Amino acid sequence: MLDFAKRISASAATRERFAEAYRWMLLARVMEEKLASLYRGGKITGGVFLGKGQEALSVSLGISLQKGDLFAPLIRDQAGRLAFGEPILDGIRTYLGSRLGPMRGRDGNVHRGRPKEGLFPMISHLGSMISVVCGALMARRFKGETGMVGATCLGEGGTSTGAFHEAMNLAAIERLPLVMIVANNQYAYSTPNSRQFVCEDLSTRAAGYGIAGHTVDGTDLDACLSVVGNAVERARRGEGPQLVVANLLRLAGHGEHDDAGYIDPALKASPLGRDCLKVAEEALIAREWVSASELACWREEALRQVEEAIATAQREPAPDPNMEKWCALATSRLADSYAVEQAP
Amino acid sequence: MITYLEAIREAQAKALADDPRVFIYGQDVGSFGGAFKATKNLAKEYPGRVLDAPISEDAILGAAVGAAIGGMRPIIEMQYADFSTVGFNQVVNQAATLYWRTETCCPITVRLPSGGTAGSGPFHSQSMEGLYAMYPGLVVMTPATVEDAYSMLLEAVAIDDPVIFCEHKYLYYHLKAEGLPTEALPVGKARIARMGRDATVVTYSAMVHECLAMAEELATEGYEVEVVDLRSVRPLDTDTVLASVARTGRLLAVGEAWPWGGVTAEVVARVASEGFALLDAPPRRLNAKDTPIPYHPNLWGTHRPTAQTIARSMRELLRL
Repeated sequence: MLDFAKRISASAATRERFAEAYRWMLLARVMEEKLASLYRGGKITGGVFLGKGQEALSVSLGISLQKGDLFAPLIRDQAGRLAFGEPILDGIRTYLGSRLGPMRGRDGNVHRGRPKEGLFPMISHLGSMISVVCGALMARRFKGETGMVGATCLGEGGTSTGAFHEAMNLAAIERLPLVMIVANNQYAYSTPNSRQFVCEDLSTRAAGYGIAGHTVDGTDLDACLSVVGNAVERARRGEGPQLVVANLLRLAGHGEHDDAGYIDPALKASPLGRDCLKVAEEALIAREWVSASELACWREEALRQVEEAIATAQREPAPDPNMEKWCALATSRLADSYAVEQAP
Repeated sequence: MITYLEAIREAQAKALADDPRVFIYGQDVGSFGGAFKATKNLAKEYPGRVLDAPISEDAILGAAVGAAIGGMRPIIEMQYADFSTVGFNQVVNQAATLYWRTETCCPITVRLPSGGTAGSGPFHSQSMEGLYAMYPGLVVMTPATVEDAYSMLLEAVAIDDPVIFCEHKYLYYHLKAEGLPTEALPVGKARIARMGRDATVVTYSAMVHECLAMAEELATEGYEVEVVDLRSVRPLDTDTVLASVARTGRLLAVGEAWPWGGVTAEVVARVASEGFALLDAPPRRLNAKDTPIPYHPNLWGTHRPTAQTIARSMRELLRL
């Protein structure tokens, strides 16, 4: 593992970019560790889903997107969300059920976003956000806008859906600037890849859609920054949809309710099982881009930000059912008044 | 004269002309003009705004949601209402929840060529309105007249919420009007299609015409049946239904969909709970038979309610 960290790849990122990416990864990791401990302490209702082991991939996307781009993250994209510009309070408030969060208690945990600002809130049905991003890109094109990118993330399990296939094909037909990131983390909940797909490398599916496909080592921040960054730039230049498949291992359960006892120990011991955060940290030190004491400061700073956000959200009011506007329509005059009256 | 189908085409032409945010997306809707010609010549008249889609109902509807988030007002043609089940998730989980979850409007119009015609069989004949009406966050329209097909489709496009627009294929060519309407009842208001004092029949879409024929027949037997056309099934204009039942004391709810649950069950439930004292007889329902929709005209003609079978049910109700 150390050997790997000391290897400086030909496409090594600049110090600034690498360090910035690392700091978002660190902030995401620290935030999620805190959320997991709040969950274990019974302070969070519903699930907690960690991106542990996927931060290098996720941050590489978030950091490559620009203001005005579109991003539909999945459940393990805390690092990408932060790098894209989602305030840390959005995640903390949504997990802790603050009324002031972007979802106002109406939805929770990873189901959050700000669609008007280009950050789309996922629904649970895997693969179904891809076509939504496609449609939003079509809207931009109708308005004559160019130079933007729409990106979304999925696990390898999500590629088995019809929604994935339909949307990838649609993106190819419309030649949309779509970046599709697939985190091949070896398990879809508990299902291993052997029960999910047969092809050697999921990125070869790109050829079937007539689009570009890329494969990357998802534990290697240099490689992720390079490959994902390149895919984003190619999409932005008008080269059509880009499929990026990153190989890595989920270093947590599906959610914090899951002890992940099904994960093959041999995978954990393999290069796939490396912790991308540690790998990046060791690279920072090996390249003398940062000192150990500076690293400690960064960690302190991340912890401070997280604790401050948690303290803020914990002081905030929860949603009040009596103040809630129980109407699912924007056009309230079209609410079915009888249906409204029948509810408790 | 203008047909129900031409009115739908004209409404889309007007929507495209009036609002640059409107575009049409669906299978074969482009230069071919749609499986039923509901978008005839629109691709030529509005270049780049009437787009052929791949056979991907899920992606079509997901793209519509994304386009709506991006500020557009897509009109989606599902080639047949039946095929919308493939994209059901995007409608009920994505479109219907978006505003409530995020305060971001989702102004999409999903046109569903609905209902049966002779020879169409199990997968080109379904009536899906009850299924969609179950979901909060959707508006479900079921126009029965040429005028409503036109004005309600225009209103559907203007509404800031997802609208399921159930247009009846049987009415496409059969129904004609003198011209396009210049004014319309607002969506959410039912229409008294025929006044009567002896019983109320509540219905919608193509069944309005079967019920009007039934009322005509019963008039020759001395009964005056009031026909209420719901126009939209979500929202469902309970007040107009109750007011009619208050006048007549008898209720028959008629629909072309299957009998388990659905719009007619909802109408009867509402009248039973809110207007029990208004009833002089138990409320009744008449729906299609409880099987998939048959292909052969002999079987299909019996599967769905007709003026004759509705009249039989109504005579029984009037005798109670």
